[in-house]
Amino acid sequence: MAEFRLNTPLSDEDIEKLKAGDIVYLSGTIYTARDAAHKRLVDLINNNEELPFDLKGAVIYFVGPTPPKPGEPIGSAGPTTSYRMDSYSPILIEHGLKGMIGKGKRNKDVIDACKKYKAVYFGATGGAGALLSERIKKAQIIAYEELGPEAIRKLEVEDFPVVVVNDIYGNDLYQEGRKIWEKD
Amino acid sequence: MRTIDYETVVKSIRDMIIYSTTHLSEDMLKALEKAYEEEHSEVSKAVLAQLLENAEIAQKESKPLCQDTGLAIFFVKVGEDVRVEGGTLKEAIYEGTQKGYKEGYLRASTCDCFTRANLKDKLGYNLPPVIYFDIVPGDKIEIEYAAKGGGSENVSRATVLAPAQGKEGVKEFIKKVISDAGPNPCPPLVVGVGIGGSFDLAAVMSKHALFRDIGTKNPDPELDQFEQEIKDELNKLGIGAMGMGGSQTALAVHIEMYEGRMCHIASLPVSVNVQCHSSRHAHITL
Repeated sequence: MAEFRLNTPLSDEDIEKLKAGDIVYLSGTIYTARDAAHKRLVDLINNNEELPFDLKGAVIYFVGPTPPKPGEPIGSAGPTTSYRMDSYSPILIEHGLKGMIGKGKRNKDVIDACKKYKAVYFGATGGAGALLSERIKKAQIIAYEELGPEAIRKLEVEDFPVVVVNDIYGNDLYQEGRKIWEKD
Repeated sequence: MRTIDYETVVKSIRDMIIYSTTHLSEDMLKALEKAYEEEHSEVSKAVLAQLLENAEIAQKESKPLCQDTGLAIFFVKVGEDVRVEGGTLKEAIYEGTQKGYKEGYLRASTCDCFTRANLKDKLGYNLPPVIYFDIVPGDKIEIEYAAKGGGSENVSRATVLAPAQGKEGVKEFIKKVISDAGPNPCPPLVVGVGIGGSFDLAAVMSKHALFRDIGTKNPDPELDQFEQEIKDELNKLGIGAMGMGGSQTALAVHIEMYEGRMCHIASLPVSVNVQCHSSRHAHITL
């Protein structure tokens, strides 16, 4: 289990050194999106239209934060369950997405796309929304404001703590971690 | 007949919501500290450390513990000799919920099942709540509240077993629900179990079982032992905190059964309501 500090956007070289179980502290720009925003992004790609942000090397955080209090960039902001994005993630990965942050299992299509196009799935600690929000220094809605918590936000993060769950080598922390600790 | 002012009910509910979504309760804190002490998996222990730090930050900054501030769930016991003056009790719960969620900067998480449009403009901010009323002797109103997140609700399951499956069948069903759920519901978990009654009542009892403070005993000694036995088995699944592998999968198993442990002679209903580690629950008596 290694530890890395990485800056976004992520490159193939960054992705190649990551293995399931590694702890990564991310800094730089990341984007938020949940199901509704994912659907719109995929529709734009299918219609050959421009996306609200550059997918190349990008990291998407699956989160629907609470409203910020006056003077704060964002409210509580922990990860949401990722499987709801499974049908959308592969096409985004094919178009340059390098990292996803969420919690919970991904399906085979996502894991295969990570291997094929070099992307990783990171897990953040669900229910640690107050702690994680302190690592978010700026937040700005850049698309779909009408979706409320589900709008796309551009975040500036510093040392945002995540764990590699699925790497490009086919390792899966959820399966391997469980095997080690399972008792008959 | 005793009367309680409508505005008193509204304010009590508002305050209870804001406080309990930003302050992890004493029983949960103790359970997480114990899990941290007992966990040997490095990665799972690191997650538990983050959760304890998160609780500190949330309390200090009065910030929601988790961004999923849930559906507002209420179990309300109304005394036969008390009534609310200036409005109905149900209206007061709705207004208190709306105020608590809006003024506490909590998330509006209710939407239309099919269009998925948020209901905050149509019905009100995070409305409607889910309310179960019961009528009891006395002149008090007792209100229990929980903020129930979606991730753990999504993996909850109910079934009706064949009577011959018995206690062993109940245990196997619970194990399967938690095993299949894996990392998704944000373990370590509180597992609410309702056994008996009817199909629907088992589900309601499994929800209410989540309101019990961790560390309190089940009043039925046989069930208390059964809870411990199931918990030990769940902790052998290896899921660990956030599913990253470890021995701390369940913080507690709470079982509720109906009067006389009743069910129909042909049935054995069981419901498992899964609750994440951010079990935000509170109660007030007015």
